[in-house]
Amino acid sequence: MSENDPARSVEIADRKKFRLADALLRWEVILVVLLIGVVAVNAAISPYFLDVDNLSDATFNFSEKAIVALAMTFLVLVREIDLSVAAIIALASLVMGLAAGEGFGTATLVLAGLVVGGLAGACNGLLITRLNLPSIVVTIGTMSLFRGLTQVVLGDQAITQYPQELQNLGQGYVVQAPPIGISFALFLALALIAAFVLHFTVIGRRLYAIGNNPIAARFSGIRVNRIRFALFVTSGFASGLAAVLLTGRIGSTRPNIALGWELEIVTVVVLGGISISGGSGTIAGLLIAVFVLGLTTFGLSLLNVPGIVINVLLGLLLILSIATPIVLRKFLTWRSTRKRAQNVR
Amino acid sequence: MTSSLSRREGILGAIILVMLVAIGLRAPVFVTPSSLLSVLTDTTILAMMALAQMAVILTRGIDLSVAANLALTGMIVALVSRTAPFLPIPAIVVLALVIGLCLGLINGILVAFAEIPPIVVTLGTLAIYRGLIFVLAGGAWLTTKDMNEAFLSFPRSSLFGLPSLVLIAGVVILLFALFLNRTSAGRSLYAIGGNPLAAIYCGLSLPRYRLLVYALSGAVAGLSGYLWVARFGIAYSDIAIGYELTIIAACVIGGVSIGGGIGSVAGTLLGALFLGIIANALPVIKVSPFWQMAISGAVILMAVIANARSEKGTLKLILPEARRAAGSGP
Repeated sequence: MSENDPARSVEIADRKKFRLADALLRWEVILVVLLIGVVAVNAAISPYFLDVDNLSDATFNFSEKAIVALAMTFLVLVREIDLSVAAIIALASLVMGLAAGEGFGTATLVLAGLVVGGLAGACNGLLITRLNLPSIVVTIGTMSLFRGLTQVVLGDQAITQYPQELQNLGQGYVVQAPPIGISFALFLALALIAAFVLHFTVIGRRLYAIGNNPIAARFSGIRVNRIRFALFVTSGFASGLAAVLLTGRIGSTRPNIALGWELEIVTVVVLGGISISGGSGTIAGLLIAVFVLGLTTFGLSLLNVPGIVINVLLGLLLILSIATPIVLRKFLTWRSTRKRAQNVR
Repeated sequence: MTSSLSRREGILGAIILVMLVAIGLRAPVFVTPSSLLSVLTDTTILAMMALAQMAVILTRGIDLSVAANLALTGMIVALVSRTAPFLPIPAIVVLALVIGLCLGLINGILVAFAEIPPIVVTLGTLAIYRGLIFVLAGGAWLTTKDMNEAFLSFPRSSLFGLPSLVLIAGVVILLFALFLNRTSAGRSLYAIGGNPLAAIYCGLSLPRYRLLVYALSGAVAGLSGYLWVARFGIAYSDIAIGYELTIIAACVIGGVSIGGGIGSVAGTLLGALFLGIIANALPVIKVSPFWQMAISGAVILMAVIANARSEKGTLKLILPEARRAAGSGP
């Protein structure tokens, strides 16, 4: 893809001098400005936006996706992608439903969801690392396979018999005042762990190394394929956890559960500034992007804007927020090279 | 390289024949000429769009917005024909091509000149195009009673005993085969996907070819949009939802390498035919249609594995990881 072109990186430059323009164009800064804008506009339009209970309600709608997005961040960092996450959620939810039908308790159901997710992720990881296959095609295939299996078993039926404790898990709160949902608290805790691993441990540095140059990383003694495999299993586990929370929250398993989530999750990761060609991005960026998207969706739905129209705005947001800095940076380099050329003359 | 590709197409063709025989043994009605012709007709849109997608994938790109483009263009031409029923069919077809082309050019400009990764651009435009359908029609569904007779009957009409859908697809396929195999622009797509750096040193303009493939992909999606809406007599925001993945699956089954530079017209057509036969045969042999998704998933996985094995012999690489690095960027 365009950023992988070897032609663009033949020159090895010195470390760049500090420029205010560069600092202001840092992705996280742009995102914070965007977030402030979103909150300000929404608060100005609707008096119900800055209500603690409403905001807490809104977190339920994006926390499950955000948990999977954390795992996806790691994958995208090492130039991989997992499009099967939503299908894994469906498969895990199905197995939980079947187990619930057999009368198993909540602890077993949660375990079943996590194990199915992990196994499905391992399945992706094995195909991709052992057989050296491109992850985008493999996960398109497993996406059809996992979702297809769910459809085969469910047909046009739905499973709606779940124990009350599972529903409490998906709908419950950790703290009542201010109301913080279990899923939101889980997301925040996992984000902290992810940030620690990525930014403060050797493993994190290795992920960046793989993302920037997998061959060089391999020659540096990093076990690239083992890490890739582990990341796909992680992504499966995260999807399993999302399945547990989602199944508990809506209390049912339908064939179309979490349909299309993979695209929303990839969108939030990309908006979070994690480069799709690997090697750059931060958890802070992802965290802010989760809030930008979550609050935009929430604000618009307060105004009774239909979901599909919200998608138009989110699509525009995605493209504009990525295109603007690139175009701006191109313009700045173009101007500075022209200035340099004039000086030489 | 040519020999390994044609061997691959031979195998795929043989698999399709075996499949037809097996289905025919269980349900002889499936292999009658009229039934096979309807399978062929059903597969035409998939085949055309898979070819256009192949051109994009050849340059190491991907276009996820094609199904949304199809649905949006279909809705626009249906709306236009409702307000201006006097428009002749050729005008509608040209309009569909132009709208699709413009939607494709938006992708092309963002990929070629803003240099945003194709998967990001087309993910964004997918959402935008789908939503615009809803906005344009005010959330309404257009059905056969909103479309006039000429608009509806064109894809169902026949010429020389062949449905016009098959004839149109035949022309599009022929043009693609000539373009990819017999023109320098077409060969350049293979060069760019095979080795972008070498292509630049040969003097090829990458942005220009990127713009070209997304524009082509858009135009074919637009044409398919009219054909789809008129054939099925319905236009709303969810038609052909998720179809982009079926299209990519047809390419992968046909031997197109997602890493770029590898793929043939014949292979992609066989890939589309394979999926078309499965979709049409399941109800005939009394397998629940709920199996369709699981089966195509399994087939895609087998095809990717087969692709990886057949590509292995085509290049000499000093480092095994170099292939992986070159092919893995989504």
